Amino acid sequence: MEDRRKVLARIFISTLYLSAFTFGGGYVIVTLMKKKFVDEYHWIEEEEMLDLTAIAQSAPGAIAVNGAIVVGYKLAGMAGAITAVIATVIPPFVIISLISVFYNAFRDNYVISQMLEGMQAGVGAVIAVVVYDMAEGIVRGKSIPSLVIMAASFTAVCFFEVNVIYVVIACGMIGAVRALREKRRGGR
Amino acid sequence: MICFQLFLSFLQIGLFSFGGGYAAMPLIQDQVVTIHGWLSMSEFTDLVTISQMTPGPIAINSATFVGIKIAGLPGAAVATLGCILPSCIIVTLIARLYFKYRNVEIMEGVLNSLRPAVVAMIAAAGIDILVPALWEEGSEIALANTDWMMAAIFVVCVILLRKFRMNPVWVMLLAGVMKVAVSF
Repeated sequence: MEDRRKVLARIFISTLYLSAFTFGGGYVIVTLMKKKFVDEYHWIEEEEMLDLTAIAQSAPGAIAVNGAIVVGYKLAGMAGAITAVIATVIPPFVIISLISVFYNAFRDNYVISQMLEGMQAGVGAVIAVVVYDMAEGIVRGKSIPSLVIMAASFTAVCFFEVNVIYVVIACGMIGAVRALREKRRGGR
Repeated sequence: MICFQLFLSFLQIGLFSFGGGYAAMPLIQDQVVTIHGWLSMSEFTDLVTISQMTPGPIAINSATFVGIKIAGLPGAAVATLGCILPSCIIVTLIARLYFKYRNVEIMEGVLNSLRPAVVAMIAAAGIDILVPALWEEGSEIALANTDWMMAAIFVVCVILLRKFRMNPVWVMLLAGVMKVAVSF
């Protein structure tokens, strides 16, 4: 029992630390988790960590949250998963709470509001570059179904203002059918 | 009642955002700006900017930010809970299946078809952020109405990001500084 409590404490502190200091999104945090739990603690094997990462990436929700859940679950069952997810949520919760207190006061300040306005062009540029990189990867894949899905989804969301949830559901179903058909073909 | 609404909205965001990173952004925009009007488009853009500069997933950051604005700390807690609940259930379910059968192929197949759609949705959300930045609200999207200063900042940022591989946080800060500098 002592041991189990120690493991939970370790999980809590590691995930709290990773969540508080990881800038740059889910993929980064999953890599750092691998460093911590595979290379440092030797609690998870390398091969298994790859599969856990695949689970974290393919399930819905934030990758950092999913990664914490799956690693916590692997190490200490349900209790581990809950411990890890709480520790992951605490840092952004606290930081954004503090920021939102200041936000309203900030917004009315002329310099800050100019600054935020300029940053809108900056964040637009960041998103444009990210989209370009991602779309380039898809185009390079030369998969006709993927290209059709990309073009159709863009048209639906941007021009016809279709609720994105329907796009996700439709494309998810297409993906499931494709995966099942491919599996059947491979099985023959 | 408003807390329940927050919970439901962020539950949907948690349930339908696949692919991580920016994938949640179009869903958050739909729920928070388009459907419920909890944030204006420029507040939403500020939120995306803040999320870029702080640790933590954008969905959790948004849940906290919107929750506090609409219903204080309890609102933030409820929205965050809604946001992570689908993950908790689905990930432990898949993990359980995985440790039993060691097979994640179908989920990956689903993700393969979702990825191009996610790129398209992020692109659409990016356009919604960029258009109000470059063209005055309500004005026609035409060359004559373009805010050339903002367009120039945008182009400089793209070059810094693509050509010089500069850190996005610094690029955004620089964009803000440039705007302040020209407004004096």
